[in-house]
Amino acid sequence: MYQILKQIVKTGIKTEAAPQPDEAMRVEPQRLQQQILDVLGRALAIRHVDAGSCNACQLEIQAVNNAYYNIEGLGIKFVASPRHADILLVTGPVSRHMETALKLTYDATPEPKLVVAIGDCARDGGIFGASYASCGGVASVIPVDVMVSGCPPTPSAILQGILTAISAQK
Amino acid sequence: MPIKHPNLQPEPMNGAIPAWHGKIAAGDLQPICQGVRDGGGRLLALWGSDWRVTQHGFVLHTLLVNEAGLVCLNLPLAEDHPVYPDISHIFPQANRMQRAAYDLLGIYAHEGGDHRKWLRHGAWHSGSFPLRKDFDAAQSRSDELDAYPFVHVEGTGVHEIPVGPVHAGIIEPGHFRFSVVGEKMLRLEQRLGYTHKGIEKRFESMTLQQGAKLAGRVSGDSSVAYAWAYAMAAEGIAGITPPARALWLRALFLERERVANHLGDLGYLGSDVALSFGFAQFWILKEQMLRNNAALFGHRYLMDRIIPGGVTADLSAEGRRMIEEECAMLEREVRLLRGIYDDHAGVQDRFIGAGRIEPKLAAQLGLCGLAGRASAQAWDARVQFPCAPYDRLDVQMATYRNGDVAARVIVRFDELLESLRLQREILVNLTGGDELAMPLEKLPGNGFGVGMVEGWRGEVMVAVHSNAQGNLARVHPHDPSWQNWPVLEHAVLDNIVPDFPLINKSFNLSYSGQDL
Repeated sequence: MYQILKQIVKTGIKTEAAPQPDEAMRVEPQRLQQQILDVLGRALAIRHVDAGSCNACQLEIQAVNNAYYNIEGLGIKFVASPRHADILLVTGPVSRHMETALKLTYDATPEPKLVVAIGDCARDGGIFGASYASCGGVASVIPVDVMVSGCPPTPSAILQGILTAISAQK
Repeated sequence: MPIKHPNLQPEPMNGAIPAWHGKIAAGDLQPICQGVRDGGGRLLALWGSDWRVTQHGFVLHTLLVNEAGLVCLNLPLAEDHPVYPDISHIFPQANRMQRAAYDLLGIYAHEGGDHRKWLRHGAWHSGSFPLRKDFDAAQSRSDELDAYPFVHVEGTGVHEIPVGPVHAGIIEPGHFRFSVVGEKMLRLEQRLGYTHKGIEKRFESMTLQQGAKLAGRVSGDSSVAYAWAYAMAAEGIAGITPPARALWLRALFLERERVANHLGDLGYLGSDVALSFGFAQFWILKEQMLRNNAALFGHRYLMDRIIPGGVTADLSAEGRRMIEEECAMLEREVRLLRGIYDDHAGVQDRFIGAGRIEPKLAAQLGLCGLAGRASAQAWDARVQFPCAPYDRLDVQMATYRNGDVAARVIVRFDELLESLRLQREILVNLTGGDELAMPLEKLPGNGFGVGMVEGWRGEVMVAVHSNAQGNLARVHPHDPSWQNWPVLEHAVLDNIVPDFPLINKSFNLSYSGQDL
């Protein structure tokens, strides 16, 4: 126990300032009212859905939970069911085999809900494109509010995308 | 020559690892496989290709490995009746590969016990095969629901827990069907293929250079290993060797990928047993390393830094100093954290004995990579077939016998520390020449090459066939997860359901790499 406490003290606080929302990431006009955004801004629940990615985007979403980005410190946490979620974070081109699962997850998420598409593949299918096995981008299957580009996008870009989704449109 | 059989005249293949290929007849497949199995060899990969446009029908490729090298058996199959003898009773790991070969190409293992579909769910019709050259995507499109006959366990008090495809964490999709009594798992059956996105078909429309990018995205956490294996296969076909500096840099990238993944998984293994301190600490180290990757090489996961012919990123003297400092810091911190994990009674109580795979079962099922080495399967491609620059690095392989979560944690720690030592060795040797790549625009016609690289998870293999014009006719990437997923079904038996996430994470297998 002593070693653990000593290490925690030695490590100190690594958390960096959160990025500002970026309007360029928004693809749909903000649908939520200010009162809702005020609530979400303080306690936001996210459900991640991998719809067919190569798993690099997951690595960066996992990194958003590390001490440097410390997403939980902003009141945002990942939850284990779409029923608990305010936002869906979707990675990958949507494989045809995940199309139904993604639609069901979207339907299971209570209103008001937002969707953030993470990565170049989620934008337009990326390097995998659209094919016999891939529907291409996430927007071809469910409505998307914010898109974060990158292969994979950096954790700051992902955080910025989430913060954009819950900020008032300027 | 690794395999002797009267009906096999193997020709040596050009390339960085010792490999041969040869044509066989259907009747020889099982005897040759049995001979390799009896001699301690393994099945590395199995795939098929369509050569009907050149009047050569279909071909089944069976890639075997033993201590002398790789041998690819090429079995021509009749166009109208592409059937071959089942080998899953010799190599159990062939089962899913044979089923995938049917789903994608329509070649069929005769008399195999299990003919359920594997990679196909409902996206295309049964009876149409995406990897056939005359496949019509629009015509074959289907929206049928996936009806998959799981094996049911019956008896008093037995019930099923279906999990997925959408999982509770930040992980890839797949379906797990647990049959349990109380808390105890009686059976686990996996249903994968959810992330199937047509990677192999995609390769066929790409140039050599585009293919390198795609290879680096077969499984994002093993981007370096795949890009290197792809480049190795292409360079073998072209008969070129990249500049020495490029090879040293590739090894540096590969070891950095290994360290980053082990750091991340060791953190998760801590949080999976409620020691969130472990996640916080290891992910600080991982983040520092990824930031150094971005600063030094321009990409956090080193994607697209390896191309056929060489590499695209160099290391400056200043960068070398940064890596030296990073290695020293990581060595100090990892040793300290290892001490904390080792001394923590709660952590060890969960790790020890969980998800055990005995060495005998591991050998039988062909468990490979780091999970294999934790169950006494002493295979490491960097040691067995040390291609440059590993021939000058003397890699110390980490092995352990216990085969439980604790053993896989020990192997990860050992490999992580060894990778830090290797990085330092590489930095010392990284001298002379500033050439980073040889030009390799296009492949020679009708070539066939294989590349194999020991990624952090296990051996990653990429096979490349070029057509008469030198374009990519068929590319088959093979992930070690093909071998290890079925073994996970055994690892969980008699464990309790709440230990599944821990056991699963200790293997950390790729969905995308197997679903293709």
